Amino acid sequence: MKFFNFHLMPYAHADLEAIAQNGSAWVTFSNSHYDPEKGAELYHDYLEQMEFADQLGFDGVCLNEHHQTAYGMMPIPAVIAGALARNVKRAKIAVLGRALPLVNNPLTIAEEYAMLDNITRGRLIAGFVRGIGAEYHASGANPAYSQERFAEAHDLIVRAWSEPGPFAYAGKHYQFRYVNPWPRPYQKPHPPIWIPSQGSASTVRWAARRHYTYCQTLSPIATVAQFFRLYRDEAEKAGYEASSDQLAWSNTIYVGETDKKAVREATPHLEALVNYFLKMPTEMLLPPGYTDAASMKRVRAAKVTGKTQSLQELMASGVVIVGGPETVREKLAEYQDLAGFNTSLTKAQFGTLPNEMARANMTAIAEEILPHFREREPRPAPKAAAE
Amino acid sequence: MAADNSTSPITVRGCRIRLMRGGAGDPLLFLHGASGASWLPFLQALAKRFNVIAPEHPGFGESDTPDWLDSVHDLAYFYLDLIEQLDLERVHLVGSSLGGWVAAELAVRSTQRIASLTLAGAAGLFVPGVEQMDPFLRSEEQRLRDLFYDRKKADEFVTRATHADYEETALKNHTTAAKLAWQPRSHDPHLHKWLHRINVPTLLVWGDNDRMFPKDHALTYARFIPDAQVVIVPACGHVPHIEQPAAFVAAIENFIGARPQAKKTA
Repeated sequence: MKFFNFHLMPYAHADLEAIAQNGSAWVTFSNSHYDPEKGAELYHDYLEQMEFADQLGFDGVCLNEHHQTAYGMMPIPAVIAGALARNVKRAKIAVLGRALPLVNNPLTIAEEYAMLDNITRGRLIAGFVRGIGAEYHASGANPAYSQERFAEAHDLIVRAWSEPGPFAYAGKHYQFRYVNPWPRPYQKPHPPIWIPSQGSASTVRWAARRHYTYCQTLSPIATVAQFFRLYRDEAEKAGYEASSDQLAWSNTIYVGETDKKAVREATPHLEALVNYFLKMPTEMLLPPGYTDAASMKRVRAAKVTGKTQSLQELMASGVVIVGGPETVREKLAEYQDLAGFNTSLTKAQFGTLPNEMARANMTAIAEEILPHFREREPRPAPKAAAE
Repeated sequence: MAADNSTSPITVRGCRIRLMRGGAGDPLLFLHGASGASWLPFLQALAKRFNVIAPEHPGFGESDTPDWLDSVHDLAYFYLDLIEQLDLERVHLVGSSLGGWVAAELAVRSTQRIASLTLAGAAGLFVPGVEQMDPFLRSEEQRLRDLFYDRKKADEFVTRATHADYEETALKNHTTAAKLAWQPRSHDPHLHKWLHRINVPTLLVWGDNDRMFPKDHALTYARFIPDAQVVIVPACGHVPHIEQPAAFVAAIENFIGARPQAKKTA
């Protein structure tokens, strides 16, 4: 299995009570709560953590994009990727991803990814996402056109990377007299494309058909397994067998000395992540048109956005793995076999977890977990004959 | 005479929509707001004097969602087509909120078949410094309550409109509303440049306590539309036709009755 160190870069000094009072850490949570001096410290801590991940032997570091929120301080992930490009010497740099529909000029994304791919001499992984609902409030992009714009921007970027320019492009949402971005990507024909999603059948289908690596974010392991199975089925329909390397599970792992100590240490910081940083009203998460009516009704009925979750619940449903080294190894092996993935995108820092604890966790993951999984591939339970 | 109403579909250039009609007299075309179309008491009252035509917009309720529907401009052209197809002359055009914006865009394009224009709590303009509720960050129930000044009237409306049967329609309506009004938020930055073209008598009916498009929006419309008349309805929110139907109907009847039916000369 491959291990990537996934960083959200939360503003860990956020006043959790103020977030609770506002109802969310997103869009309407005033930036007057941001202290630039503390923020600057965090940027440096987090950049150093990702450089440390490279030194510890992680296969890659992952960044992502969120706007107008204390949840993550990476509205422009390319700034962070650029800051890491020369000090992360060996690991891949995965931007998971850029939210295509939010921009009015997708060629800027083709350009920034191509620059990063050149500077890292081909170590870039190019993630494409639609962005969660809150981004549509923050950017003004119309959620009712999210899917159309994603598809169109994707096609344009891939063409801009693979066809010699200049050429003219006229779509519904984007029009260019000249498409001719310099530089061209370092990797041929272009950097690997990864598609992170919270789980939408149409996205899984779309990614499988194009052989793109699919990353499942923030879900119970049973749901992860379901979407990965769908991916394999869709690949089969498209005439090929999907490899486990095309399936990446985005998780949170905390390794302590013992199970008890691990749970005690991780609890406040992980609960800060899910119950404060991540919380938002349904209207913010699912603006109209962002998803089809059936999914909208399902999410509303489940009332998922308002729920407070304890670490015990997150562990029980397999959203996170927290424990002593032995427990973490057991759980990870169990989940790998259950869902059939061969890439783990692991948050070692989360919520309010302080620098020293995050680094200790990274070290523990690198020393106690990584070596046991290096050569390990998913071992699916034998299929029941009737299925 | 009790004015009855009937509902039947109509297809305009391949787009099938639901059309409610009632009464007899001069044609009055009512364009509904983002919360949807229904035959409300004020339409029943207007039907005593007018041939009331109340379509459900493309993209709303039972009407088709055509591929070409991307902006309020598309709806304005669609209704010009509908007026031509029904061969309506001297239409009293009335629009509320989103429908008011459509009506203004329509009138800017052509008043050839329009006798008068009434905008109620109309969207369409941006007024600097005026606070507006953001319907897209409100739950469905909050959104309906925001329409009203009187809490009891809001309660009644919410009870009727949040019925489970209505969920599908509400989602569809809200999605189309987002398509048309998300960005720029509920306005067209170019509309004000062309409002001077509206050369028919224009009435602006606004709730004194409108929190969605406060009455400053009425005053701004009045600045750009020549000789527009403003009526502010007291103790009333964003939907005077629903919250104060008697005052709303009276305002329209006074306005149309008092006005010479001839077009103004430009």
